[in-house]
Order: sequence, then structure tokens, then C-alpha cells
Amino acid sequence: MTDHPPDTAPSRLFTVARRLGTEMFTLAITLLGLLAMTFLIGRVVPIDPVLSIVGERATQEQYDAVRLALGLDEPLWKQFAIYVGDAVQGDLGTSIRTREPVLTEISRYFPATLELATLATIIGVLVGVPAGVLAATRPGTLADQIVRIVGLMGYSMPVFWLGLVGLLVFYGQLGWVGGPGRLDASYEMMMEFTITQYTGMILIDTALNGNWPMFANAFSHIILPAGLLGYVSMAYISRMTRSFMMNELGQEYITTARVKGMPEWRVIWVHAMRNVLVPLITVIALSYAYLLEGSVLTETIFAWPGLGSYITNALFAADMPAVLGGTVVVGAVFVALNMASDILYRLVDPRAR
Amino acid sequence: MSLLSVKNLRVTFETETGPVQAVRGVSFSLGRERLGIVGESGSGKTMTGRAVLRLIRPPGRIEADEMRFDGIDLMAASEGQMRALRGQRIAMVMQDPKYSLNPVMTVGQQLTEGLRQRDRLGKADAVKRALAALEAVQIRDPERVMTAYPHELSGGMGQRVMIAMMLIPEPDLLIADEPTSALDVTVQAEVLSILDALVRDRGMGLIFISHDLRLVARFCDRVLVMYKGRVVEELAASDLMAAQHPYTRGLLNCLPRIGGSRGPLPGLDRSADWAV
Repeated sequence: MTDHPPDTAPSRLFTVARRLGTEMFTLAITLLGLLAMTFLIGRVVPIDPVLSIVGERATQEQYDAVRLALGLDEPLWKQFAIYVGDAVQGDLGTSIRTREPVLTEISRYFPATLELATLATIIGVLVGVPAGVLAATRPGTLADQIVRIVGLMGYSMPVFWLGLVGLLVFYGQLGWVGGPGRLDASYEMMMEFTITQYTGMILIDTALNGNWPMFANAFSHIILPAGLLGYVSMAYISRMTRSFMMNELGQEYITTARVKGMPEWRVIWVHAMRNVLVPLITVIALSYAYLLEGSVLTETIFAWPGLGSYITNALFAADMPAVLGGTVVVGAVFVALNMASDILYRLVDPRAR
Repeated sequence: MSLLSVKNLRVTFETETGPVQAVRGVSFSLGRERLGIVGESGSGKTMTGRAVLRLIRPPGRIEADEMRFDGIDLMAASEGQMRALRGQRIAMVMQDPKYSLNPVMTVGQQLTEGLRQRDRLGKADAVKRALAALEAVQIRDPERVMTAYPHELSGGMGQRVMIAMMLIPEPDLLIADEPTSALDVTVQAEVLSILDALVRDRGMGLIFISHDLRLVARFCDRVLVMYKGRVVEELAASDLMAAQHPYTRGLLNCLPRIGGSRGPLPGLDRSADWAV
């Protein structure tokens, strides 16, 4: 690869800096591509951006004034340059419905999705990984079959149906959990006055404020949708963990660990698990990213004011700036998570460094 | 008393088309000497070695009339007793360090693991023992190797690390399963002479599994020749070249000789009768 001898290899710091630089460059290119996509979509869809602002009964003068203000008389490349410039400064346009900056709105909706997706992923990992390991270490046994069947149900049952049944049983019949929404209505009204909002994630904010009754209420609301999404991601994670673990347990270094007289828990959870983590990180990151896009169906059923329902509502209202702004945020989150999983991957796998 | 005695060892794998016997009634005994096991691929030599450690995973099954190590009945030993034996008294070096070392743990972590986990040694003491073990296998800069990952080592270095790791607890019996087959010829000689010296100095028993007849003849005291899961001939290494059994003769005839005739090498006669 390099033409200098290995003993004058560049210093470690230099290597890290160069890799980080490459990484940043890739990141910038990817985000630019993302903006180009949303920009083009914005020009291609048959929705007149001027008309959706001024309304159908505007005069020609009003129409032209807005058109000029939006910069639509400029050549396309210049419009794109302005669009990118604005986006870099955090201006993703103004929502047509609410006249609020899209980014401000998204910063209100995104924490709800982030909170839900994070809790769901934690549940998925905490249940899915041990279940997958259990199945891999006892292939063909009852435990393996149970993990397989439970996983298969997670794959195949539609999430909106599970959500409705879950609400019916756990909220309607048993009353164990809170209903739709992030809080009971009474708490919802109190929230603005009693809670300092640091993150927009209610569980974290109430905990930071030490308001435990409200925390408990928020938890009772989030646990059903998070459990549901966690179940779906658990189904995926447990299947992948099982197959990765089976593969590693067949490797020769596992025999070495056993020859050394290591107890079975150490063989599995230290020797094999460290190797399983390498591909598993990517799987978990992908499943997390998928949840962060905002699952429209779940958010609709649970009246969860997240990114998925924000984008969907904007789409129904032909609010293109909001739709495209949401798309940019989702894309950026996806890219960021990919990068994070890349870095984690290097941390656990010395061969990739 | 012999260190290891094996009588009528059988290893069976349940497959969908019925049971397959990889080892079919192998018997031998071993003192503090070097026993070579030779045979072609699939002759059951590796399975014999692993059966002694009871490291055949399901669906594989081990049966024997007797398998005794230093008075301990290996067939009746619990999994916990086997683990105690494995770490401390019986060790095994495998074929290719590329696969037999854990790729995501440093050499140091792997070398000190046994000392830290089992012997409850402090970190400093464990590192000191590991460094000494690396020096014993003639690794020149043991400090650097300790912090290296297996993929950063050459094959010869990796196999020395493997030998060091297995010899740290000073076992009584070492099973070397094709320890040099994955190495370059020049490195093979180095690794073998290290292994030879260590086994000699420490007075260990050695089971040396190989397909290389000449190597075994030079390196071992006694040789078992295996074919299709059975021992077809047992003889002193010095007599190997005068072997009687047609299969052993066949194996010997397959070896090319420098200065010999350059005609095609004879094929191996695999008569089914020998394995009966």
C-alpha cells in the first residue's frame, strides 16, 4: 500500500488524524448527496411552492413577489447553492402550515422518537442478545425452538395489529399501562410549568427535575410502544445473534479456550462474544436507525408526537418544506449512526484498525 | 504406570444418514515419551487427540472401554474435573495459529488468562510468567508481542505463542495436532526444535499428530499408523522405514526422494480389508 518501509510508518496520531479527515470528507459528500436528493424531489413534485404559500386567490403581483422572495427566478444551480448554504446554517425552510422554521418543529418532535427508539433498542438488545446466545448454545432444544417461534412472530405479525391488541389488553382490560400519548392529560398540562425541559425526552427531563410521579406516568405511557418496537427489533437481533454465535462457536480459538480449561460462561461470553460483537454492532445500529426514522404506524396508534407522524402529517398537508426537512434530518441521523457504528466496529475489531 | 492408557476408543457422529464412526476402536498407552500418530486426512488421528481431552462436541459421542490419565478415569470424570485437567495437566497445540488464537484479544490477554482466572494471580505476576514463557519459546521482544494481536504476528510467531500458552501451566501431556503443517518449511524446523527442547527438558508425554511420516520418524519414539479410524500398525520410530503393513509401505512409497527416479509417484492402495 505504502512505499516506505514499515519501520518508518507514520505516527499513530497522524494515522488517526488522517482517518478522521477521510471520514469527515466522506460524511460531507454523503450529506451533500442527501441534500441534492431532497432538493431535486422538491423541484420535481407537482406542488407549486408559491401557490401553497399564497393560496389560490392571490393576485399575480402577490404571486410574483413570493416567487421572487423564494429565489425561484434564479437558475437551478444557484437555487441549490442557496439551499445547501441555508441547510448548513440550520435553516431547512419554513413550514407552510405553521409558518414556523422546520428545524424548530423537528427539534420538538424528534426527542419523542429518539426516546421511544432508544428505549425500544435497549429492550431489543437486552432481551435479544441473551436469547440468541441461549439458542446458539443449545441448538435444536426446546429453548432454541421457543426463541425461534417468538422471533418469527415478531417478524410476521403486523405492528399496527400488535399495537391495537396491546392497547386493548394492557390498557383497556388490565389497566397496567398508560394509554396513547406521552403523558396523562393532567400531567401534560402541568408539564410546561413544572418541568425544565433539557432534552425534550420526558423520561430524562422528569428524572433530572426529580419529578418522580410524572416520570412514572411517562414510563407507563412509553413502555407499551417501546416494548412493541423492542419486540420487533429483538426478533431481528436474536436471530442474528444466534447465527453469529453458532459461527463463532465452531471456530478453532474456541477449542483453544476450552483446552485452557476456561469455564463455559467465559468461553461464550468473553471469547466468542467479543467476536460476535463485531458484526452485531452493525445489526444493532441498523435496527436503531430504522426505529429513529420514526415508525409511522406505531406513532399513529399510540398518538406519539414523533418524527414519523410529523412527516406523515406534513405530507398529507402538501407541506413540502416540512417533508423535505424531515427527510434531511432522518438521512443525517442515518449517516451519523452509520459512522458511529463504523467507529465502534474499529474499537472492537483490531483487524479493522 | 503409564501416563495415559486408552482401550477401544470410539468416536461416533450422529448424522442424518445414520451414525458415522470417525474412530473405531483405538487402543494405545503412553508413558513420558513421544508417541506419533500418522495417517492421511480423515483417518481419525485428530479426533483421537481431541477425544482424550473430551473435546468432541455434540452430536459427536465418545466411547471407550477404558481411558485413564494418571489414574483418573477420563470417561467417568465430571465436566468440572475435565476442565481442571485441561487447563493444568493436558494441553494441546493446534494446526494453524491464524485460527487457534482469538483474533480480537491481545496475545497478553490470552497468555495470562489461565493464570488470572484459574490461579488467581495478580496482573503483574501473571505478566511476568507470560513474559518468561515467551522467552522460553525464543521470542526476542516479548513485551511487544504481549500487546500485539494475533493478526500482527507471523505464522511461526503465532505458533510459538500458542506453544508458550499451552506450556505455562506445565502440563504432563501435550497433544500437538499437526503443529507445523501450516508453517513455512524453514519455520517448521525452528518451531519443532523449540517444541523438542521443551518436551525433553520438562519430561512431558507428547502425542504428535501428523501426516508427515519422516517428521514423525525423526521426532518420536513410537508411531501409530491410523487408517479409516483404526490403528493398522504400531512400531518403534526407528523401524518405520522397515514397516510391514502394506498401508504404511504405501504411505512411505508416496514420498518423493531427492535423486530418486522421476517417474510418477505410486498411488496409495486403500484396501478396505485393513480397516476391518
